[in-house]
Amino acid sequence: MQSKKGKGEMGLRDYFKNILRLPKTFLESFVRHGKPNSDRARSQTVMSNIFLHIHSTRIHRYTLKKTFTFGLGVIAASSFFILILTGILLMVYYKPSVDLAYDSIKDIQYVVPGGRFIRNVHRWATNVMIVSVILHMVRVFYTAAYKETRSFNWLMGMVLFILTLGLSFTGYLLPWDQLAYWAVTICSNIAASPRELTDALGLTPYFDPGGFMKVLLLGSEEIGQDALTRFFWLHCIVLPFLMIMILSVHVWRVRKDGGLARPDNIKEKDLQGIEEDGNTRNVFENAPQKTYGLMCLVRGKTPAVGRGPENTIPSWPTLFIAEFALFMLTFAIVCTLAYFFDAPLKELANAAVPENPAKAPWYFLGLQELVSYSAFMGGVGIPTIAILGLALIPYLDREKQTLGRWFDNRTGRKVARESLVYSAGVTIALLAFTVKFGWLRNWFPDIPQLVIIFINPGTVLVSFFVFWSFRCLYKFDSTRISAIALFTCFIVSFIILTYFATYHRGPNWDFYWLKSQWPIH
Amino acid sequence: MSNVDAVKGTSAYEVESMSRRDFLTTVVYGAVGAALSFVLFGLLRFPKPALFPDIPKIFKIGRVEDFPVGAEKIFEDKKVIVRRDAGGLFAISLICTHLGCIVSKHAGLFECPCHGSKFDENGKVKIGPAPKALEWLKVSQLPDGKLIVDTMRKVPIGTRYAI
Repeated sequence: MQSKKGKGEMGLRDYFKNILRLPKTFLESFVRHGKPNSDRARSQTVMSNIFLHIHSTRIHRYTLKKTFTFGLGVIAASSFFILILTGILLMVYYKPSVDLAYDSIKDIQYVVPGGRFIRNVHRWATNVMIVSVILHMVRVFYTAAYKETRSFNWLMGMVLFILTLGLSFTGYLLPWDQLAYWAVTICSNIAASPRELTDALGLTPYFDPGGFMKVLLLGSEEIGQDALTRFFWLHCIVLPFLMIMILSVHVWRVRKDGGLARPDNIKEKDLQGIEEDGNTRNVFENAPQKTYGLMCLVRGKTPAVGRGPENTIPSWPTLFIAEFALFMLTFAIVCTLAYFFDAPLKELANAAVPENPAKAPWYFLGLQELVSYSAFMGGVGIPTIAILGLALIPYLDREKQTLGRWFDNRTGRKVARESLVYSAGVTIALLAFTVKFGWLRNWFPDIPQLVIIFINPGTVLVSFFVFWSFRCLYKFDSTRISAIALFTCFIVSFIILTYFATYHRGPNWDFYWLKSQWPIH
Repeated sequence: MSNVDAVKGTSAYEVESMSRRDFLTTVVYGAVGAALSFVLFGLLRFPKPALFPDIPKIFKIGRVEDFPVGAEKIFEDKKVIVRRDAGGLFAISLICTHLGCIVSKHAGLFECPCHGSKFDENGKVKIGPAPKALEWLKVSQLPDGKLIVDTMRKVPIGTRYAI
């Protein structure tokens, strides 16, 4: 009797004890390791969390060198994260319909509490993302971090670059104002511009890839409800989904490819000011032969074999603090810009009156300058060549070299500097020539279109760059040097063309020194 | 030596008559491939709409009396200019052949605001990146005497509807 009663009491006591211990037991079921104050627990913190484990558990100290990466990849990812959050908020009030879209954006701008700020943040985060994505690519290229095992990840980076541009372009139509309507008119006709070539060859009635692309994009032959629906669908579902997927692969592969690229011989000077882990040093000094079991599966150089103590530290917390700091920095930049500068919103879209000048978003303006010579070459031909060229870099330049140093060495720096001067010279000279003297049609009014497609300032520029790159290949007998020459040429001319089209092209795409000289109409 | 022969013998035998397992595997691969390609081909035309629900492609422009010789009318929402000269009526599309902006008339020239293409009175390219002349559209008359322009049907430059 007595024991039975005792048993019942025990059960009841356990029950209440469990209730009291609920927060603790829940936390233990959720985080199954101790506080991250030992190396083991720190590794577990990273390994056992699905979001953290796409990072490696330990990183090399060189990874944290500020002037090596400038944190550009993290800034790009942070701005994408901010874009997702603000985008989700904007979707609460936005209505993707031709009749309602413009008014709903106006509501967001003027009526919804905080709406204007959220829209501005969305707008500015886009700009920050595009700039940081381009600079990130520049960093990876010049530090040769696309080589060997990392080739495929460079390719993933190219896909992410295209997705970034696609996302910002599809978002451009959604406000349904004049700016949106005419920028997208131009871009959708660029999609149709292979017609320029098929027309010149007389093939269009039988083979019309341009027309097909345009209909695929707009769901019609002109911009209307179908185009808005498709752009909304791409902008809010398809492209973000692809972006998240491929971004995960991109980050995860950084880990699988052995962390960020780094030189074989790192000087102590390079690591100055970067936190080190005395504890690890001891561990590895005691066991210098230690390798990880998994290392046999990972290609490339392993951090430990035959090289004594590694110079690594646990990712938790140093790496995550650095990443979080970069996120906060990005957030601060974006919020400051959003506070002072409003996202533009022009009049309601009007299909009968084009904007003058009708300019695409700034990052497409370099291309728009080329488009103003030939729609097909500037809008399809040259971008395709550029993207293909970029994607093929790691497959065509397979030289063994030291990774993770800006411009490799003195020769690299010299060629980059010379290419900068060469490319700037050629681009500016060609622009000045075209503005001053015009192009083929000004001199020979009846010239066939086919000639203009293949000989226009855009293709001339590309030929100059290709020539220069082959010259460097021959002179230095190195594919890497040749790649540096070509890449520098393209980046520099991209910047100059973008600047030129932004500030020196006015109404009717005429040249003006200053915006204040634009005619009033 | 005899071992090698035996191995050779069996492999030749297996090539000749497929085992049941290999046969079924092949069938499964075939079935999966067929199913997926049927789905893919079925969806191939999905993104292209069966009809375009935009503004009508054929529209009325009035009667012959509305267009005395020398008359000129711009239909802004249709992006078409209709003119009549001694030879008859003709319609020219105002959509720039470069990238689809709308041209406007200044001093006898059609000018495009987007990239500076200029066309002469008959729509021929004078200057700029436009690859071809502005399109001439078919003008015709309905049985009740009303004139129509069909923006889907292009006609050679200089074609006029004689009145």
